[in-house]
Amino acid sequence: MVTLHINGRDRQVDADPSTPILWALRDHLGMTGTKFGCGAALCGACTVHLDGAAVRACVTPISSAVGHKITTIEAMEADKVGKAVQDAWVKHDVPQCGYCQSGQVMSAVALLRTKRHPSDADIDQAMSGNICRCGTYQRIRAAIKDAAATIA
Amino acid sequence: MRIERKNRAAVSRRSFLKAGTAAAGGLVLGFVIPGANRSATAAAATPAAPNAFLRIAPDDTITVMVDRLEFGQGVHTALPMLIAEELDADWSRVRAELAPAGDVYKDPLFGIQMTGSSISVAHSFTHYRETGARARAMLIAAAAERWQVAPEQCTTSGGVVIGPAGRRATYGALADAAMKQPVPATVRLKDAKDFRFIGKPVKRLDARAKSSGKQQFGIDFTLPGMKTAVVARPPVFGAKVRNVDAAKARAIKGVVDVVEVAVGSGGRGVAVIADGYWPAKQGRDALAIEWDTDAVARLDSDRQMRDYRALAATPGQPAITADTGKLASSAKMISAVYEFPYLAHAPMEPINCVVDLGADHCTVWAGVQFQTFDHGAIATATGLKPAQVTLNTMMSGGGFGRRGVTTSDDLIEAVNVAKAYGRGPVKVIWSREDDIKGGYYRPSHVHKVDIGLDANGDVVAWNHVIVGQAISAGTPFESVLIKNGVDSTTTEGIGDAYALPVNLSVHHPKANVPVLWWRGSASNHTAFVMETLVDEVAHAAGIDPVDYRRKLLGDKHPRHLAALELVVARSGYGKKQLDKGRAWGVAVHGMSGSVVAYVVEASVKDGVPRLHKVTAGVHCNMAVNPLTIEAQVQGAVLASLGTTLPGAAVTFKDGVVEQRNFNDYTVARMTDMPHVDVFIVPSIDPPGGMGEPGVPPLAPAFANAVFGVTRKRVRKVPFGLGSA
Repeated sequence: MVTLHINGRDRQVDADPSTPILWALRDHLGMTGTKFGCGAALCGACTVHLDGAAVRACVTPISSAVGHKITTIEAMEADKVGKAVQDAWVKHDVPQCGYCQSGQVMSAVALLRTKRHPSDADIDQAMSGNICRCGTYQRIRAAIKDAAATIA
Repeated sequence: MRIERKNRAAVSRRSFLKAGTAAAGGLVLGFVIPGANRSATAAAATPAAPNAFLRIAPDDTITVMVDRLEFGQGVHTALPMLIAEELDADWSRVRAELAPAGDVYKDPLFGIQMTGSSISVAHSFTHYRETGARARAMLIAAAAERWQVAPEQCTTSGGVVIGPAGRRATYGALADAAMKQPVPATVRLKDAKDFRFIGKPVKRLDARAKSSGKQQFGIDFTLPGMKTAVVARPPVFGAKVRNVDAAKARAIKGVVDVVEVAVGSGGRGVAVIADGYWPAKQGRDALAIEWDTDAVARLDSDRQMRDYRALAATPGQPAITADTGKLASSAKMISAVYEFPYLAHAPMEPINCVVDLGADHCTVWAGVQFQTFDHGAIATATGLKPAQVTLNTMMSGGGFGRRGVTTSDDLIEAVNVAKAYGRGPVKVIWSREDDIKGGYYRPSHVHKVDIGLDANGDVVAWNHVIVGQAISAGTPFESVLIKNGVDSTTTEGIGDAYALPVNLSVHHPKANVPVLWWRGSASNHTAFVMETLVDEVAHAAGIDPVDYRRKLLGDKHPRHLAALELVVARSGYGKKQLDKGRAWGVAVHGMSGSVVAYVVEASVKDGVPRLHKVTAGVHCNMAVNPLTIEAQVQGAVLASLGTTLPGAAVTFKDGVVEQRNFNDYTVARMTDMPHVDVFIVPSIDPPGGMGEPGVPPLAPAFANAVFGVTRKRVRKVPFGLGSA
């Protein structure tokens, strides 16, 4: 048993310590909001926060998360910045297939926590690890700026 | 893919009925097809309301069944808009559900249930609107009966029937009574000027769920007791398992079984079944398999390109014929050879499939583009009767053609795993490496074109040879799409619009690589060749490329011209002073009933082309949802731009795919994305498709701009500068 602190609660996971956070969330805890895209930290679909910083859950073993705070997309609605980002996503009609958007939202929230007024270059840099195959990048840029203005 | 068959029989045989009775009450409207196998349909549809297209519940909730796959293109919003328009619904109460495989959900023109060729809105335009109009008439009839007034004295507004003396009743309150009314045989549809939803920027119904992790995709679906399987597929397509040592895999905690199964392309594989993906993947990677590749061809990409170039120098099967006699005597000649690689679709949601197989049933959950083909294939693979098979359509994380496997290989493989395991439901998940290496690619192609110009710069001869695998060969579409040995899904997009004497022939070599349509179909390579060559011809003639296109389009293609004129006006082409080092690029192309024209600005820095700005002119006839059209064009720009980037190619060495994941198979990232402005030509004609038409003209517009900077023509996609 491994104890993980997820979205403010301690959760027991009966998994090998090498299991990535992604699969502990999805297969052990039924939290499917975090997505599997590449399994190699190349696409960002699995982005979660570890002590507030964006990490790729598909390559981060649960052993390294013990004693740290994991935050997932499921907690964003109750989070001030998370809610602002989600509202901006809806306002700008960002998602197409939507599969990458949990990760996009988590990366955007992590960005806005460190930079309240990100420049275009800040946004491109912070979001370039999150692949979208549908072409939502332009609306993501607009939504992040909108969210930034809302929070301020 | 463009399917010419017009199976209008499917439309005429379809008739309306009140579909079953909803368990929770309300009005349920659907279809029956007289004489069709009802039992199969009933089994496949939702138990509460088989064959339904529309349900109005007593609580005012309006549920629209979407008869297509939603994988980003927006049908999950567009089709409900069509019903809501004629129903006069309160949009805030409208929900959408994806319909399972069922005869009533077949495309009214093509006679199969499918999503592809950008047809969804165009083909569903009338019958979804009629469904809404019929329900509205029945609600009015119910209100009129209740109030003892004539139906003509009643009207509707936003989900409410309004009668004389201010009487009002919501659709939900009338739904049970409306169910007792006859279904009107004919209905009058609204005039375009009265539209409240169609033509308006309506936001997606699924935006909130998809922004909050709540949207369930196929990969998220689970069943009690379900196991997860990861499959070791052969490194060369069609190879067999000679020997497998599964001891290490079985020793991994959570692994419950290891089974050998038939996989796609006639190959054999080994599935590791476990409690979740991680042990299954660990187990799969721990297998020691000796593959038997004796009987299968091992492709080498370099050799294939050499062979294709040699073939392209010889005439192939005639596709379009024209006199090429003037080539030899022309004042000026342009000769060009183009290369295009295999492309993986790489949708963000890896391929997956859940199978619950029993002695008397098989239920499958998957995001697929050909539901009724797949439904039949599952029945055949399991030996069950069609009525015992249910295929549920799952929301999908992209597809771009990858979920349209006409041989249903992915689903059959998953059924094989479930059968071999035999102890309960199984979900097969492909890793990203499985996806990149797994085949069903856009075929590689070589085009060779020889053009003769006269002294005025007019084209007097155009000899064009294409070499590439026939995607439609061996599919259920073969008889429709392959004529005289030419697959139209290789040639579409050539000789469509321009007044040019194109002589086109085709070679379809066989190769041991499963291939599939990729967003934009043939046009994603044919338009590149046509639009870069037309640009080259214009330069050779000393005429501005836009003027030259105007001349070639003449008065026969007003929609192409309208899209082109709009984008020229809006982009500032030829007027605006460009930043230093930038050049303009232009291209226009039509497919799936729509035309997209681009003007782009690009530069080249340190040998790397960069796309800075894109302006699009769109002629799709009626723009059902401008917000979705803008999104589809932005997506098309990204998809096509991605193909131009270094590393956007699947290549083979000794039969094995050389790429693995997003580190060596390049897709476009935010840092690659230019700003895209989309402008739409106003029209009230019936809508064309918009999922694909934005793809084909982007890469050639970019290449034409690169030429403007470097004065060298791009002959290779992904862009290889300085070649040919």
